[in-house]
Amino acid sequence: MLPDSPTNVLNQDDRSRFEAIVMPHLDAAYNLARWLLGGRSEAEDATQDAMLRAYKFFNSFHSGDARAWLLQIVRNCCYTWLQKNRKWVDVDELDDESVPREKDTPETLAIRVSDRERLTRALEQLSPQFREILVLRELEGCSYKEIATITSRPMGTIMSALARARHQLRVLLTDPAHKEARLEL
Amino acid sequence: MSCEFAHTSLHAYLDGELDAAGSADFNQHLQTCSICSAALGKEETLRRALEESRLYSRAPAGLKLRIQESLPGPSADKGVRGRWRWVVVVAAALIAATLSWRQFGPTDRQSYDRAAMFAAVDAHLRSLQPGHLLDVQSTDQHTVKPWFDGKLDFAPPVHDLAANDFPLLGGRLDIIEGRTVAALVYGRRKHFISVFVEKSAPDASWNGSGQRQGYQWTAWNKDGFRFCAVSDVSAADLEDLKQLLMQH
Repeated sequence: MLPDSPTNVLNQDDRSRFEAIVMPHLDAAYNLARWLLGGRSEAEDATQDAMLRAYKFFNSFHSGDARAWLLQIVRNCCYTWLQKNRKWVDVDELDDESVPREKDTPETLAIRVSDRERLTRALEQLSPQFREILVLRELEGCSYKEIATITSRPMGTIMSALARARHQLRVLLTDPAHKEARLEL
Repeated sequence: MSCEFAHTSLHAYLDGELDAAGSADFNQHLQTCSICSAALGKEETLRRALEESRLYSRAPAGLKLRIQESLPGPSADKGVRGRWRWVVVVAAALIAATLSWRQFGPTDRQSYDRAAMFAAVDAHLRSLQPGHLLDVQSTDQHTVKPWFDGKLDFAPPVHDLAANDFPLLGGRLDIIEGRTVAALVYGRRKHFISVFVEKSAPDASWNGSGQRQGYQWTAWNKDGFRFCAVSDVSAADLEDLKQLLMQH
């Protein structure tokens, strides 16, 4: 999607168009960065990097889904940061064997609504790949097609990845082995 | 015991990604499969918990300005502060409007009132400011419709479309080009859709669709009313809503 090198500095009209088309998705960009990186200042820096990059490559964006285009850039910036800071966990997400089966305890069925801290902790324990797909779907309301664009995955894999991410999240919320997430149960 | 659909179709169904036929098939399957209906209940609980936990992090105040100031090249509002800044912002929006009109405008240029459509997009954007979305908050069309009594010189048609995944969230009064109009608000996944309604005028019909500032709009006329729906959902979703409202 992105060309090898940025185009020349944008003119006034392009600048205005950028502010009108891309800037409105700043919240979406920050939210994704915040969930991928954790810290507030890291998320701000990554969002700023991503916006600058989007601006440099704006001439390659002609029309279409500006939010998905921007979030793809945000994601790349975040993953670069994670790798550089050795916080990268290269998990094989197809391997579900290590994940314990979720228990059908009463708690499973009664995840309390508005239990913000518990959900936050559980989400933070997921791998970035699972976390991003849940954030894009449940918080950002992206369609499968948009998620496929943003995460550079084949469209056909989104549904099963989402199913596994939800399963893992529920395990983290309910399994006794994950004490951290169970603290308030 | 397990059911193969509990790990596959169920999620596409939950996410509204099945087509009409697939969705109907799965609905039927749910009637007879206790595994899938229990699994769906669990997924819906999890979704509700995520939805109601305010997990979305909005960009902190000041980040936008910091980014704008760090962008190289010409600045839309460098050094301009206070009231004049708004003049520049409006000018920038007008330039953007002209550009996006050139790029995205439909070919049939005479079929709708462009200024009114842009005003509708602006009204939708304004409504997204905190506290501006709804004057009357209700998913019940029989509550929303009477709320407009006495506030407008017409009674807008109000329909809840929750069964079609466009739940009615409420309504508000809005102003488009100086005229008071009804705005009905529908939800679509995490997104809001404003549907502006006013009495049709013989001289300016609302018809067509387009894009402005990353927001889609589509407009139509029916039964002496003209409608304009605006949202950041996809053009296809907006077209679906239009078709549903046309059928009612």
